[in-house]
Amino acid sequence: MGMEKGMWVFALLLCCFVYDGIVAEDPEHGHRTERISGSAGDVLEDNPVGRLKVFVYELPSKYNKKIIQKDSRCLNHMFAAEIFMHRFLLSSPVRTLNPEEADWFYTPVYTTCDLTSAGLPLPFKSPRMMRSAIQLIASKWPYWNRTEGADHFFVVPHDFGACFHYQEEKAIERGILPLLQRATLVQTFGQRNHVCLKEDSITIPPYAPPQKMHAHLVPPDTLRSIFVYFRGLFYDVDNDPEGGYYARGARASVWENFKDNPLFDISTVHPTTYYEDMQRAIFCLCPLGWAPWSPRLVEAVVFGCIPVIIADDIVLPFADAIPWEDIGVFVAEVDVPNLDAILTSIPPDVILRKQRLLANPSMKQAMLFPQPAKPGDAFHQILNGLARKLPHDKSLYLEPGQKVLNWTAGPVGDLKPW
Amino acid sequence: MKLSLLQTNNNRRGAGYRPAAAGAEVGGGGGGVGAEGSLKSSMSAFWLLLHGLCCVISLVLGFRFSRLVFFLLFSPANLHPSAPVFRAIATRTTKTTTTTTTTATLTVSFPSSHPPPVVSNATASQSHVVVGRHGIRIRPWPHPDPAEVLRAHRIIERVQSEQRLLYGVQNPRPVLVVTPTYARTFQALHLTGLAHTLRLVPYPVTWIVVEAGGLSNETAALLSRSRVQFLHIPFVESMPAEWSDRHLTEARMRLRALRVIRERRMDGLVVFADDSNMHSMELFDEIQKVKWMGAASVGILAHSGKPNDRQLSEEEKQNFPVPVQGPACNSSGQLAGWHTFNSLPYAEKSATLVGDGATVLPRKLEWAGFVLNSRLLWKEAEGKPEWVRDLDAVGENGEEIESPLVLLKDASFVEPLGNCGKKVMLWWLRVEARADSKFPSGWIIDPPLEIIVPAKRTPWPDMPTDIQSELENTKQEHEERRFSRTSRSRSRSSRRKGDTQRQDK
Repeated sequence: MGMEKGMWVFALLLCCFVYDGIVAEDPEHGHRTERISGSAGDVLEDNPVGRLKVFVYELPSKYNKKIIQKDSRCLNHMFAAEIFMHRFLLSSPVRTLNPEEADWFYTPVYTTCDLTSAGLPLPFKSPRMMRSAIQLIASKWPYWNRTEGADHFFVVPHDFGACFHYQEEKAIERGILPLLQRATLVQTFGQRNHVCLKEDSITIPPYAPPQKMHAHLVPPDTLRSIFVYFRGLFYDVDNDPEGGYYARGARASVWENFKDNPLFDISTVHPTTYYEDMQRAIFCLCPLGWAPWSPRLVEAVVFGCIPVIIADDIVLPFADAIPWEDIGVFVAEVDVPNLDAILTSIPPDVILRKQRLLANPSMKQAMLFPQPAKPGDAFHQILNGLARKLPHDKSLYLEPGQKVLNWTAGPVGDLKPW
Repeated sequence: MKLSLLQTNNNRRGAGYRPAAAGAEVGGGGGGVGAEGSLKSSMSAFWLLLHGLCCVISLVLGFRFSRLVFFLLFSPANLHPSAPVFRAIATRTTKTTTTTTTTATLTVSFPSSHPPPVVSNATASQSHVVVGRHGIRIRPWPHPDPAEVLRAHRIIERVQSEQRLLYGVQNPRPVLVVTPTYARTFQALHLTGLAHTLRLVPYPVTWIVVEAGGLSNETAALLSRSRVQFLHIPFVESMPAEWSDRHLTEARMRLRALRVIRERRMDGLVVFADDSNMHSMELFDEIQKVKWMGAASVGILAHSGKPNDRQLSEEEKQNFPVPVQGPACNSSGQLAGWHTFNSLPYAEKSATLVGDGATVLPRKLEWAGFVLNSRLLWKEAEGKPEWVRDLDAVGENGEEIESPLVLLKDASFVEPLGNCGKKVMLWWLRVEARADSKFPSGWIIDPPLEIIVPAKRTPWPDMPTDIQSELENTKQEHEERRFSRTSRSRSRSSRRKGDTQRQDK
């Protein structure tokens, strides 16, 4: 009797050891990396193929191809995700040519490609362009009217998403384009309790060129010797001469408090060794600018530098799949004067754990938009996010003739044809 | 969570005791009312009534209501931003308000004294982040705090040691550094530099110092101050005055050290670090790759004592050799031969005596460029290759030991280091003072110098000019005579105490 019991206990213990061995250590990487599990689970490596079907509308090329032909700089700036998403979907196995079996509908309209001479996108024509595209798909295909866009998704990577303005006050005034009220928005902007963040939209990282970043990798045994690193503007004298508007004063606060601190390698001078320096730093500051998000987050993750996010209420990319609190350090804007105390009082074990999470290749891959697409990259995370919303609720489907959207809402200028 | 549990415990206890207390006090109060005067009785009655009311309310609500009122009345007025207070209230008012959730995903989750920022209430639908002009927050003393800089450096150290653990050498082997030396003027210079280099090596180091002429206090003092684990071995012969003999003696001293390693079965990688050479840190990381015997490229700094008094012509520059000794590889990365030092261009100008002001030439292949696994020297070792001669057999017949290749039967098994010899990680240099140079013992000047001569340029303000000019004359004489005693002691503070210069050896 005792022997049997002992045998069972032994077997149980053995199972526990084996289970621990599988779960705790990633066998390929040993103790170097840690598995990432966000609130949605270990979903970074999920394969969306087979879980959803996407139908891509065929729009006239004036909405997409002609725009790139006019200005090819759109392929390199941080809003290029909209263009690459289109290209990815065209050749992806989730694409279906039969709209009847599609779960999601994608409209390829490049609203962020009207660039100034300096390369900054002008959003003034974007609402009309989007409206014109929607009118087209509503008239040519029946699927828009079926749900008034509830099973459609749009990529709107500009500063404040579908509010289509770069100034926050104006963007809040405009609000999200009324026609997109029911659609799912895929955008880089994310801030809680903000007019321009629609509920259950998918937040994506801004586009950063993967080849350029991988060309600047240094060997991993290069010792990290910079404590805090940041390169960028602290004051935007052209657009904010008085001061206090840009970055809600947070960047200026960083400068004024830490400009003579040897631990903080911060300046506005952008060196040629920017990527290499990030790989030699332990913390990289990612403060808000005019909008809360920034490509620095992507760069920090790719180069293994712990991101210090200074942006109140920000919603980070793929927040349901990536546990950002475990990976990065969040500092409230009011606490910026104490940034050095905050960062130096983090226990070293916590810092090492964050570095291990960052070293996980699936984490780095999830932030990038490589061409051609690779498994686990940002395109797949977007599809995973869309797949997690399926199946569509029955209430989304409207009765024929039932209208929910107001086609004449919004500023008068938006109603003009594009 | 814990706080609320404690609270409920208190509540239960409070609730349990309350009725008893209330009952007793009411009874007592009632008795008291009748006994005392009317004024006192009304006051006490009032307080009694208030007390009773509070008790009843507590009973109804289920927690200590009075304490909460007290707390709310006397806590700081500014409740909103100071979140710890806010959190405290939240846990007490268990039933009334919807308590905030955890201080959410917004804040840093480490235990610290910094209050987390204001948590957006569940009921708030608009963001507390306000658009518009904000102040730029600057703290009263916006300068680095030394305690924090220290903490940051500790963090950096920890991160770096973790990196080294993950990406650096796994299972590092200890390093046995063999250095032949002898006491002379420049010994302090050389040994100090080498000691500092060895202290920086991130692996366990044992410094085996062989001293020609027996153990001396000079060397012992330098070694004990070095804070490196060392082994001081005497060598009977004294160092000869000619360079060619010196090279041979050094080779014999190194063999002596190798015999000690063999006797004691010391484990590790043997590096031949001459005291005047300069080593880079990458060398010590690179040698960890050695399996049995490795060779690195050595930069030869064959310098002449005099500065270049004539410019080298283009042709001469081409004829002068590339000053690197080390392994030469063929295109497939295998050892194909050796780059040795071509001493022909220096033939007429080389130094013969130690301390000459001429170029000191190295041998064809210096010991410094070679690294051995100490197990090669042991009598028996697992996996010891056959292409190694037994150490006892070397140097038996008084043969000349030119380079470590003498230890091998077959030199083709030597492993080239530093990207097949392309990277130069150490430099060979021989610099010695003149043979008759003297230096104070232990580099301590005791007693003070006999003559104190004021500086030439700045005249002493209180000194009369005639004495000053005489002193300048004496100073010039001193320079010519080199520390020899002078009979003219002009300075006021001269002392006749005997020769302050210790004559050493």
